[in-house]
Amino acid sequence: MVDGFYITAIKGFALVNLLMGFFAVMTWVERRLIGRFQARLGPNRVGPQGLLQPIADLGKLLRKQSMIPDGARPRLYLLAPFIALFCAIGAFGLMPFGGLATVPGTDIQFHLYMADSNVALLFVAALGSLGFYGLLIGGWASGSKYSLLGGMRAIAQLVSYEVAFTLAVIGVVIHSGSLSFIEIAQEQSNWVWYIVPQFLGFLVFMVAAVAESNRPPFDLAEADGEVVAGYHTEYGGMRFAMFANAEFINAITLSALASVLFLAGPNGPVLPGPIWMLLKTGFFLFIFIWLRATVPRVRFDQLMSLGWKVLLPAATLNLLATAFFVVYG
Amino acid sequence: MLDQVKGFSVTLRHLFRKPVTQRYPEYKRPVYPRFRGRHQLHRHENGLEKCVGCSLCAAACPSDCIRVVPAENTVDNRVSAGERYARIYEINMARCIFCGYCELACPFDAITLGNDFELSEISREALVYTKEMLLEKPLRRTPSKAIDVFDHPVQEMEAALGMYEIVTATNPEGTPDDDEVKGLW
Repeated sequence: MVDGFYITAIKGFALVNLLMGFFAVMTWVERRLIGRFQARLGPNRVGPQGLLQPIADLGKLLRKQSMIPDGARPRLYLLAPFIALFCAIGAFGLMPFGGLATVPGTDIQFHLYMADSNVALLFVAALGSLGFYGLLIGGWASGSKYSLLGGMRAIAQLVSYEVAFTLAVIGVVIHSGSLSFIEIAQEQSNWVWYIVPQFLGFLVFMVAAVAESNRPPFDLAEADGEVVAGYHTEYGGMRFAMFANAEFINAITLSALASVLFLAGPNGPVLPGPIWMLLKTGFFLFIFIWLRATVPRVRFDQLMSLGWKVLLPAATLNLLATAFFVVYG
Repeated sequence: MLDQVKGFSVTLRHLFRKPVTQRYPEYKRPVYPRFRGRHQLHRHENGLEKCVGCSLCAAACPSDCIRVVPAENTVDNRVSAGERYARIYEINMARCIFCGYCELACPFDAITLGNDFELSEISREALVYTKEMLLEKPLRRTPSKAIDVFDHPVQEMEAALGMYEIVTATNPEGTPDDDEVKGLW
């Protein structure tokens, strides 16, 4: 807590609510964009341009009857969505949005990030992996074969891509010499955005990030045609919404992570930090959505062979080359 | 790899293109004149019903959705031009498949299919259309394309396509009065 308890509490409250608001708007943006990508309109009925669609969806999901299927383990079944959502939101707490800011009209200063941890990157990666426990527990505790298969798929996918993901990120860490997001962003402003020297690492990171966030074309854990809805087959109403929410917030977190690691995060000319962060995150989210609208879902063996035979060697190569460059360059 | 880039460019191009969606309740796409929608029962010019209650339509109906109960015309109660009339004539729109066989089977052209397809109701019972409903003019909620442009006699069309020689109708008196049918569409 760099700002003391009260300001940090207010910032946390604001961050979570802004994140949820951003999530709500992004669901609309995603559906509209995918519509336009496919020469359709997308949701346009509720409110102007369909902007109130997320609120209508929320109202619908809130009014659903909640039920626990026979054969489920009730406590674990109820716990799972909370794990997933908690980890997804928690990882966002370390994202930097800029340096010092002043409350207008006063001389109270506060930092535009929740905390500057010297293990921020590790923390985000750890929370991201922990969130998958929500998927596994939810899949296993549902007492349904499809859920179990979906949860297993999610874990297998995570284990495969976490390796390449981490190795790709280590290239950035070698360059910056720090795990703190603030310092990583600062180092890039001093030298060059890491997307240039780390382009191979960036590509590996992006592919692994899509796989980590369980989004198409790597949404094997909830492949409709094969395992109904995967780990959240037996969930309805707000519990389902929490899983969907966690998944999308993971995508937002990974977009924010990509902009911090490769595009210097909140640092940039002219515009203030939060705007830069929003623009860069939005850019990566657009790529996520573009990818979803373009590429069909891969088969599971293709997913595995891509992860182990392409991404892992590429990430290792990138890591070795970066280490060589930093030591002898 | 190049193919991947091509795929992404296709979706990106579509992002800046106009959507092909037709916004249905606001814009109703005109149907072709021969589109088979809601049925209509017809009357003669003097107000008598054309239907004589022969039940041929019910016999021809593959989904068994037409129910006809005939009754004798009397001097006091003259409903149709023939001996009998349809005391009850019901079409269950929930069952009807809009094949148009009733129209073909009818010897007096008493029943034709119109263009309307907006037949939603909130109960199954409301979808059983009675004779009174079917005798009313169609609501014409569905726009239709111009008959002059799209609808031609079969022989003319097939001759234009070079499929058959034109064979003139062998029994001109037996064919329905074209103007009459057209006027009802």
